[in-house]
Amino acid sequence: MGSMLNERRFYMSDKVYMTPNPPTPNKGQKFDPDICNGCNLCVEVCPTDVMMPNPEKKKPPIVLYPEECWFCAACIEECPRPGAISMAHPLSQNISVNWKRKDTGEYFRLGMKNPPPPNTKPPSGD
Amino acid sequence: MTTWNEYVEKSGTVPEWPYPIRYDKENEITSDVLILGGGVAGCHAAISAARNGAKVVLTETGHAKRSGSGGAGVDHWHGAVTNPCSKVTPLDYTQAVMECAHGYSNGIYRYIICKEGWDTLLECEEMGVQIRDVKDEFKGADFRDQETKLMFAYDYKNKHVLRVWGYNIKPCLYKEMKRLGVGIYNRVTITSLLTEGGRQGARVVGATGINSRTGEFYVFKSKATIAATGGAGRLFSFAPEMTAAGSMGSMNGSGVGHAIGWNAGAEFVLMEQTGPGRLTGFGYTPYSMANTSNTYHGTPIVDANGKELPWFDPYGKELKTVLERFLPSPEQKFQLGIGIGLYYYLKQYVLNDLTRDLPDRIRNGEFALPLYADLTRMPELERRVIFGMMVGNEGKTRIPIYDQYTKAGFDPDKDLLQAPVMIPEAYQNSNFWGGTPIPHLRSLAGGGFLVDWDLRTSLEGLYAAGGAPIFGGGCHGESHTAGRYAGRKAAIYARTAAEPVVDRKQVDAEKGRAHRPIKQSKNGVGWKELNYAIARVMQDYCGRYKNERTLHHGLRLLKELKENEAMTVYASNPHELGRTLECLSLMTVGEMVMQASLARKCSSLYLDFYRLDHPQMDPPEWEKLLPARLENDKVKVRELSLDFHLKPPYTSSYEENYGLHAK
Repeated sequence: MGSMLNERRFYMSDKVYMTPNPPTPNKGQKFDPDICNGCNLCVEVCPTDVMMPNPEKKKPPIVLYPEECWFCAACIEECPRPGAISMAHPLSQNISVNWKRKDTGEYFRLGMKNPPPPNTKPPSGD
Repeated sequence: MTTWNEYVEKSGTVPEWPYPIRYDKENEITSDVLILGGGVAGCHAAISAARNGAKVVLTETGHAKRSGSGGAGVDHWHGAVTNPCSKVTPLDYTQAVMECAHGYSNGIYRYIICKEGWDTLLECEEMGVQIRDVKDEFKGADFRDQETKLMFAYDYKNKHVLRVWGYNIKPCLYKEMKRLGVGIYNRVTITSLLTEGGRQGARVVGATGINSRTGEFYVFKSKATIAATGGAGRLFSFAPEMTAAGSMGSMNGSGVGHAIGWNAGAEFVLMEQTGPGRLTGFGYTPYSMANTSNTYHGTPIVDANGKELPWFDPYGKELKTVLERFLPSPEQKFQLGIGIGLYYYLKQYVLNDLTRDLPDRIRNGEFALPLYADLTRMPELERRVIFGMMVGNEGKTRIPIYDQYTKAGFDPDKDLLQAPVMIPEAYQNSNFWGGTPIPHLRSLAGGGFLVDWDLRTSLEGLYAAGGAPIFGGGCHGESHTAGRYAGRKAAIYARTAAEPVVDRKQVDAEKGRAHRPIKQSKNGVGWKELNYAIARVMQDYCGRYKNERTLHHGLRLLKELKENEAMTVYASNPHELGRTLECLSLMTVGEMVMQASLARKCSSLYLDFYRLDHPQMDPPEWEKLLPARLENDKVKVRELSLDFHLKPPYTSSYEENYGLHAK
């Protein structure tokens, strides 16, 4: 699955381009190229027009303006293919989200390496 | 791949703009009712106007299915006081708000909200929004009426705030707009209002805009126009790289409606009222941290050693049980919720809260940081309604918080959610995720179009809707209700209004102004740098403390920005052009705030307004509104009593005025 563009890895011998620093936040949302089919429904509804259609058809959109993303998740709610898009809150936010298990005193955080098993209870009204 | 950088590095090419570029194309769109802004107020206005027989066109900066500050959802609905369980009347509620605000709010708006808020919510239910516990998930809970299955927030005795499952409210409105044949123009940045003969102060006959994907120019002609354009979050605070994740205000909020209304000659009031910018986004992701405010009202907080923080009623009585936190004290008739555009509460209406001396008790070591929300200390249904129902339906919580946290293993039945670690003073406000207050960051707080009992502005043909454009406006639900009312009144006006005649000279001048940023040499600055500069001028010269000189300096610097840097600001594509035009609107809103601040020559506790050169607090002779407008591009200020809405030409009764105007 995925095109050359999606699958290619970098090597020390690769060409190096003049590009600006990675944007801040880096992404806003992440795409799984194996699930996303480039339908661009997310691009269509995004309130702040953060993403642009990929020039290559059927490929995930390009996040062009991540700093304009206000993390409302309209893109994910609109997406017909669950798992194609996931949120990528700025690291400064994820590092702030901490919790403690009451009976064991264990500490957890959003984005930790070995997270506890998921809580599978859906939200009310689902 | 995801980002532009990755694309460029992997492909070795810069992608071309994906949409056709049509700067030269002009579109003319005619309607009975034109709605500027497709947030919840605008969409509900469109539905209401269409149901009242009007041909309706709606424009939206983003996409009307999801956009607007309320576009990401809602978990509780204020002011629906005529719901079958409520013990509060429209008059009680309106008077409570007006008393708390010391008269500096909008009695017309509040009374309309109270009269029609419940009906508006029932309409949302018909459109597919769940407003009742139909699956009996919360059967037997103290906050649930067992007969109607309605669920209540804050004050379980008086039952005037409803908990709702509104995560999908915007798609529901959108579907109904489509069904009714509303002409929806997404990705249009509005740049000006058109007036009869191009004259300032004349009847409004439409608007102009630019498509932020294609650059096409739009001339919208309409018999009636509704400004439902939202707030101006980017005015005092602009740092989206850091703040957009933490903000509850849409990035698109740039005061466009305020600016175009001002330029067209409409009257505005209370623009001098700004508030501490707690929710400007420098804190944490909304609802992401332990706190006891709003959606988390009533949540038990414990310190690092597991010691619970006490709750008190406003009169100093300790509240020992969870249920007591949701009941008014014997001295209170009822409690008003928060998040309703009210910045000062009287004791007799304020909510129960954590101990009010919390900062001192943290400082002296009685409570050890970090603090945690311990939802396990609540009855199961109370816990579930906070984390699962409200967090899960409120804006930006369903996926950003509920979905992310539970996938990462957070379980409110077992886990303590940490509060941010901040300076002790920051815990004074129970909305901990707002972060440590930054004193020089302000936000608009109540200023907007002066409206009459029809929600019409001072200009013929121009109505206002929503919490931000109308002065003294409030929350999500109120915005729907105001939109619904304004849509109806605009449609009725349009039935007998003359055909709109647009002045070509006005259109051409506007088109020239709107296109200027794409014709620049690129020696100037781009939109972001301009926006940062506008925010800096506002922070420095129009903060909480100001005087005649700082305000005049601020006006001079805004004028310089407008005449110099803004004349050479460049836009490389239609997206940047849209953002640039929003910045031009922001500068106008900044001038409006400074002009209004100059006009009020006193300080005011209720307006959180401090004139260093006029330190006297709330002298009686200044307890009034100061409507301001442009006439021949000169600022004109007049005086208006705080209870103008109950004075001639209106009657002295809320109910009579409503009866005379609502239909």
